[in-house]
Order: sequence, then C-alpha cells, then structure tokens
Amino acid sequence: MSIVVNNLTKKFGSQRAVDNISFEVKTGEILGFLGPNGAGKTTTMKILTCYTAPSDGDATINDLSILESQDEIKRKIGYLPENNPLYYEMPVLEYLKFVADLQGVQKDKIQSRIDEMVHVCGLNIEKHKKIGELSKGFRQRVGLAQAMIHDPEILILDEPTTGLDPNQIVEIRKLIKELGKHKTVILSTHILPEVEATCDRILIINKGKIVADGTSDMLRKRARGEEMVRIQIREFKNKDDVVTSLKELDSVSIVDFVNDDPDSFLVTSKENYSSKKNIFNLCVQKNWVLTEMTPIETKLEDIFRELTTN
Amino acid sequence: MHAIWVIAKRELSSFFDSLVSYIFIVVFLGIGGFFTWLFGSDIFLIGQATLQPFFSIAYFTLFFFIPALTMRMLAEEKRSGTIELLLTKAVSDWQVILGKFISCLILIGVALVLTIPYYITVWALGPIDHGAVWCGYLGMILMSMAYISIGLFASSITNNQIVSFLLALFIGVFFLIIFDVLSSNFTGTLGQILNFLSMSTHFDSISRGVIDSRDLIYFLSITSVGLMLAQTSLSKRNIVE
Repeated sequence: MSIVVNNLTKKFGSQRAVDNISFEVKTGEILGFLGPNGAGKTTTMKILTCYTAPSDGDATINDLSILESQDEIKRKIGYLPENNPLYYEMPVLEYLKFVADLQGVQKDKIQSRIDEMVHVCGLNIEKHKKIGELSKGFRQRVGLAQAMIHDPEILILDEPTTGLDPNQIVEIRKLIKELGKHKTVILSTHILPEVEATCDRILIINKGKIVADGTSDMLRKRARGEEMVRIQIREFKNKDDVVTSLKELDSVSIVDFVNDDPDSFLVTSKENYSSKKNIFNLCVQKNWVLTEMTPIETKLEDIFRELTTN
Repeated sequence: MHAIWVIAKRELSSFFDSLVSYIFIVVFLGIGGFFTWLFGSDIFLIGQATLQPFFSIAYFTLFFFIPALTMRMLAEEKRSGTIELLLTKAVSDWQVILGKFISCLILIGVALVLTIPYYITVWALGPIDHGAVWCGYLGMILMSMAYISIGLFASSITNNQIVSFLLALFIGVFFLIIFDVLSSNFTGTLGQILNFLSMSTHFDSISRGVIDSRDLIYFLSITSVGLMLAQTSLSKRNIVE
C-alpha cells in the first residue's frame, strides 16, 4: 500500500494550513511526521483519512484518489486521531464490536479480530470496563485497537504516545515497529526520540511546508557536513604539542579543548573527510595512549530547531 | 444500509444505557396519562371513547422532548471529537445522519407502543373510532420525524448541547404556534401559505382520521429539508475555499 501525495493544499480562510506538499510513502515504511504545533501535521492526516477535503491537490492510496474513492480508502486505513476521542459510556468490547461492524469486518470474523486486538493491545484485564473508567494509557490502547480492528493496510496515528508513562511508551513503540513490518504507518509526533526509535523515515513540516525529508542519518549529515570526534589521550608530555600535531593532520580542520577534562580534545574534520584513522595512527606513532574516541552526532533536536525556526 | 443500522443500534444502546430513555418514557407516559385520564379535558369530561386528549397533549410533550433527545446527537460528537472517528470509518455523512434519525424515531416508537394500553382501555369503555386512533398514531410519528430532523439540524450546527436544544425549540415553535397565529392575521395567499406551514392544520386533520396527501407531503418535506440541512452542515468541513 503506497501513499502518494501530490501538491496538497488546505486553506482555512487566508491561512494555508498545508501548503502545496508532496511526498510518497512506500509499503512497509514507517514515516514519522514531525513539526511544531500548528505546522499542518494533523490537517494532512485528516485529509489522508478522508475526513476533510483538500483545497487543492490530490493524494492517492494504492492508486485510489482521496477525492473519488473515499469509501474504499476508509476501509484500508486505520486512524487514531489526536487526543484519542472515544465513546466513554461504552464498554471496551462493545465499542470494538461497533467499530468492526462499521468497518465491514465479516460477521464470523468479528469475534476473532476483537480477541486478537485485546491480546495485541494488552486490554485483557480491562476489557469489560467502560472506556470512561480506564486510565489514559488504556484508553490509548483502545484507540489503537479500534484503528487496527479491521486489519488495515495503512495506519495513520496522530501523536500515539501522548500522555503515556515511559513503560507504556516503550510498549506502544514496540507495537508500532512490529506493525510496521507488514503495514504502512504514518505517525505524527513532536517527541523527537520517538521518531528516531520507531521511524524508517522522517518528514519535518513547518508552516504547512515540508522542510526536510529523509532518514535520521541523512538529516544529520545534511545539518552538519563535517565529522566531529571527542578524543581522550593519556601519557602525553605537552598539551600544545598534541594540539599542533593533531592540527597538522591532513583531514583535520579544528581542534578544541574540552573544558572539564584536560586530557580530552574535540577534533573536527574537513568536509567529506574522516580523521579517526589518522588520529589513531598519530597516537601510535607518538606513543600516546588513546583512551576514548567518540563520534559526536548532531542531535535531532538541533536539526529540528534549525529547520523550524526562522 | 448496514452502516445506518449499526449507528442506530449504538445510539439506541446509549439511550438505554443511560437514564435518558427511561426518563423520557416515564415522563411522556406520565404526562400523557395524567391529562388523558385525570385532569383537564380528560376523556371522562368529554364523555367520548376517544384518544383525542392523549394526542393533543402528546403534541406538546413531543415538541419539548424531541429536542432534548436530539440535542446531544451531533453536538456532543463534535465537542468530544468522536465525529472525526466516526466519519473516518467506512460510513458517509448521510449514513451517520440517518442512523441517528432512525434511533431517535425508534425510541419514540417504543414510547408510543407503550401507550397502546390507553387505547385498549378506552376501547373497553365504549365504541371507539379505530381509524382515528391509528391515524392519530401515524400523525404522531410523522410529526416526530419532522421534529427529529429539525433537532438534528440544530445539533449539527453547534457543539453546545444547550444551544442545540434551544435552537430546535426556536425553529419548532414556528411550526407549532407562530405560523398558526400569523395565519389568522393575514388574508389571501400569504394567509393560506402561513396556514399551510402550521403544523396543527396538518396534525389535526390526520388525527381526525383523514389521511390527505398534502399532510403527508408537508411532514415528509420538513423531514427531508431538516435532514438535508443537517447533512450539509456536517459536510461543511469539506468546503473548498
């Protein structure tokens, strides 16, 4: 199930919530939709799930257009909206049956699907309670269960882990990763480690426009072209000698001290060069003991901030 | 059709899981029974075996109760966001509206069925005009359909239940009283039009036992216009600016 979005625009009055965005999601891919609040993530998801029509542009899901084949598309999508709205007065099992019925699950398969969802989402101990009596974490699980009850090929999850405790977050992430092996998943979030932990690809959107698209490694590379390593050297005689020798290496551009550790240095390489091997060889040659060499990665937070603030 | 029924079933079970339906039925039967048997121009005062007193009181009670039943139907779904969940399932806006319409009609049907003992009792008391009674029930159902569609429309344009309730009453009161009052102040075509718009003109003639196509068309048109407006207001989110 591939999703192709073409020049999608949604206007609210004069404001463009989604501004001419295009992207593709391949089958079996987990796409993380990242962006500050009000960037247009939820609006895009609402358009893809056929809840609201775009002002302009189109999106196709397995060659079915969201403008024409809404019924077929809705059957193929499982959607967990933002804030997870549910009928609080309904018991969990009854609610799941209602959704299965609506989504056209065959009568003889409904019970087995419900059992499976209860198992997969860990709802067994709470399944007879009314949804309103459940804790937030369990409600979120009910939300996921209702999204998956008809075994959809595409899952669209709007902030699936908000309000969960750390253990539950880990569980839900594991579940999403597991599901992503067979299904196409789009999930939105503004929790950055979440995207890194679960998604194959990241799409950063700001003010309705896509500002970055790629794996987290690609985004990092894009944000900072040069390699940076932190090294710790022991048994050297003169600190200045170390700095000069390091600087003399062909691949090195900058050498910095580290404030809290006199034995450590930050070495930045020239663009498209790696200095790790050279540093190692230099230490061997000079009889220095190299006790640490850690590549310093740009944090996704920095990339995010850089891309979404003017 | 299947989706409409699934939605109607859920609405019905939410009526019966909460106190709403029980309160509605008890109060409806209570007020109806009180004025039919005990007080005002009850059948002992009239001295005729007829259900006319019941129909004329139900004419007013339904006017108040139906907006109370319909007020939360769409407004609450919009407020809590569950409408988004519902409409991203394999259902259309029409199916949602019709499902809710049918569930409300069934609840009123249940309340009306529970008044059959009144009918049987009156029948035991004297010779009753069966045609008039059945036509009266038909009139009740047609009138309920009109009020439900008005109520659903009112519920579709707001996410506040109180606003929805008051708006439904406001629209309803035109059909209940205002057109009637105005029609007596005007003569000629305008007077006739206002008289045609008044619900009592049509309800009275049906509950006397005369089924006229004009009355049927009247109630069914209000129902379809109300439902269409509700659907339009629900699908307003798709309007491309």
